[in-house]
Amino acid sequence: MIDTKNLKLSVASSPHVSSPAGTRNLMLDVLVALVPALIMAAYFFGPRALLLTAVSVAGCEFFEWAYRKALKKPGAAGDLSAAVTGVLLAFVCPVTLPYWTILVGDFFAIVIVKQLFGGLGQNFMNPALGGRAFLMMSYPVAMTTWVLPGTPNWAGIVSAADAVTGATPLSNDFMHSGVMPDGVSLMDMFVGNVGGCVGEISALMLLLGGIYLIWRGTIRVRIPAAFLGTVAALTFLFPKNGVGNVEWMAAQLCSGGLMLGAFFMATDYVTSPVTKKGELYFGVGCGLLTVLIRYFGGYPEGVSYAILIMNVCVWLLDKAGKPGRFGVTAEAKKAAREARKRAKKEAA
Amino acid sequence: MKLSFYGGVHPKEHKELTCAKAVESLRKAPAQVTLSMSMHVGAPCAPVVQVGDQVTVGQKIAAPTGLGAPIHASVSGKVVAIEPRPSCGGGKMMAVVIENDFQDTFASELTPHPDYDALAPEEIIDIIKEAGITGMGGAGFPTHVKISSGIGKVDTLIVNAAECEPYLTSDHRLMLEEGEWIIKGVKILMKTFGLDKAYIGIEDNKPDAIEKMRALAEGGVEVVACRTRYPQGAEKQLIQRITGREVPPGGLPAHVGCAVFNASTAAAVYDAVAEGKPLTRRIVTLTGGALNEPKNVLVPFGTPIAHLIEEAGGFRETPDRVLVGGPMMGIAVYDLSACTIKGNNGILCMTRAEAAEHVDAAACIRCGRCVNVCPMHLTPVYMHLYTEKRMWDEAEAMNLMDCIECGSCNYICPARVPLVQSFRMAKFEIRTLAMKRKAEAEKEAKKA
Repeated sequence: MIDTKNLKLSVASSPHVSSPAGTRNLMLDVLVALVPALIMAAYFFGPRALLLTAVSVAGCEFFEWAYRKALKKPGAAGDLSAAVTGVLLAFVCPVTLPYWTILVGDFFAIVIVKQLFGGLGQNFMNPALGGRAFLMMSYPVAMTTWVLPGTPNWAGIVSAADAVTGATPLSNDFMHSGVMPDGVSLMDMFVGNVGGCVGEISALMLLLGGIYLIWRGTIRVRIPAAFLGTVAALTFLFPKNGVGNVEWMAAQLCSGGLMLGAFFMATDYVTSPVTKKGELYFGVGCGLLTVLIRYFGGYPEGVSYAILIMNVCVWLLDKAGKPGRFGVTAEAKKAAREARKRAKKEAA
Repeated sequence: MKLSFYGGVHPKEHKELTCAKAVESLRKAPAQVTLSMSMHVGAPCAPVVQVGDQVTVGQKIAAPTGLGAPIHASVSGKVVAIEPRPSCGGGKMMAVVIENDFQDTFASELTPHPDYDALAPEEIIDIIKEAGITGMGGAGFPTHVKISSGIGKVDTLIVNAAECEPYLTSDHRLMLEEGEWIIKGVKILMKTFGLDKAYIGIEDNKPDAIEKMRALAEGGVEVVACRTRYPQGAEKQLIQRITGREVPPGGLPAHVGCAVFNASTAAAVYDAVAEGKPLTRRIVTLTGGALNEPKNVLVPFGTPIAHLIEEAGGFRETPDRVLVGGPMMGIAVYDLSACTIKGNNGILCMTRAEAAEHVDAAACIRCGRCVNVCPMHLTPVYMHLYTEKRMWDEAEAMNLMDCIECGSCNYICPARVPLVQSFRMAKFEIRTLAMKRKAEAEKEAKKA
């Protein structure tokens, strides 16, 4: 029997229902979408790829927890955002990177880039890319020593010293002059049978993950579409060294961190615009900068810096992309503009 | 012309609880009804009866003091108190309490006009006014004012039967059971406005109602099946869906030549004009997982919520909250002795599992879902940021005052940020600030 006399009723402002998807669910979706690429990495690079990713996730979660604990801030662990950062950072490092080095990167990503600016939702740079940029400057050799696929061995888990390294589509030769590495076909690049960073190699698997996220509504299609579209258009129009337009475009789309960046990094909620138009500007900007860096920059790869540069423009892009006001038609807007002009003239 | 509105959400509907259940009368009439003097937008009414008076169903017991419509007794009996009583909007409101003599003696000043075609628009408006009809979709704008201020400006008449709020089915049942009164009410309204075309907007999750209304519709009344997407039944969004026009900021539907009436309001217009019945009762959906027998009932205004809960078989589970209205825009009541008013289309008793979780807001992750669902093209994420920092001018510059408080952003937010609450507060602060500035400017002007 329910005591109707002494009911304790909740009162709250409407609405009184909420969508099933909380922050944790969204992050979990992203992790799920990254699994295919991780499987491909393990297949081509061996168990070390898995272990490096696991270490990175553990490192990120630990630094997040430790920082919040040390500063007596409410616990943010459990929302899985640090785990996403951990996976992404591992994905943009070579599989041979020493474990301690990736932990340094984790520390920079979580503590410096994310927590010092206020924690989840407050950072203005993508933490994983911030971490990568830091590692890239601090340990340039380790960060650009890429293993060729198909040489996994269990010994590599402890020491990566005897791994076979070599030229990959990421090397300067290809990016800057269009000379494809020997024995690498477009199909290899699409599937991921190429040298490169842990999670970047398989365009196919990243594409699957991206489509999954769009299908789930976790990310919106605008940023990746604008990003990839811009890169595709520019590389199609300006091929290098007599490579066919389509072939060059396909190679560019499948190489480097483009797929990972377009679907998983540029769409990072915190560091991307929220407005429709802002998202398009952001995607186009990322694509443009990526191609510029690849064609003219000193670095072999442009995706991460392109996204980082666009990250700091987000507020501006959202301002520029502010949606048109409901009920204000194009004519009304024009009339208002003209009225303002007239007023200015009269004032002058 | 793209006939849709931008954004919106699709919460779980839960309409199956009551949508197949025919409207019933109350098994037991309430022993007392408490008629609030604030049943509508505008100034509260003033009682025209005294304690001890004998009243009949349909007798006018309160008259408007400003913008408003009269209130009529919903049961016959004796006035036992005129005092502030708990209101379903929170707090207390002046109310007339009538003790029911269970005779249901009916007497009204209105005369039936079965030949209503012969009436002049002014006469119809007068009848609607005297019948105490106000918008029955929730907001409660006095209907006669809407008509008289719209004549000449309005070229499109729209009947809102979208019923986009989850759980509620009162309009759905009304269409199925008394659809002809809605159509006749619409024809009366069309005649009053001098229009020969009207639209009835129904969400396509009610195919039986669409079919029924299409079969009944005649003489310029067109039924429009709308996509099931909350807030399809918000006035501005329904106008956008049906005409492609956008009501300007701060404007009324009349500014784009539209007048929107709720389906129940249209039926009430027919009741008043043709049958001479003032507005004293309505269909209310009693629903939610916490009730034993969810159903639709015909309820005299002023019936206590506690009485209606008993009508629905009482609680089967301890409710987390009891709402007046639907889950997206309804008001949570804390006192079950509060009584129904003209705009109450549902009493929703939600279990803990059904209602939004009791959690503190997590950090906003700027996912932008709020921006993508806002039917008013706003950027809730930035509006909330400015509100939190009490930057009212900046918040207003984000067009915060355009917010219709539909709750779509709040519903979709993965961090569970109480956005609507934040914007309600911001609106209040922005209005206060504007008044303060105006007063200061006037003072300055006086000095000079």
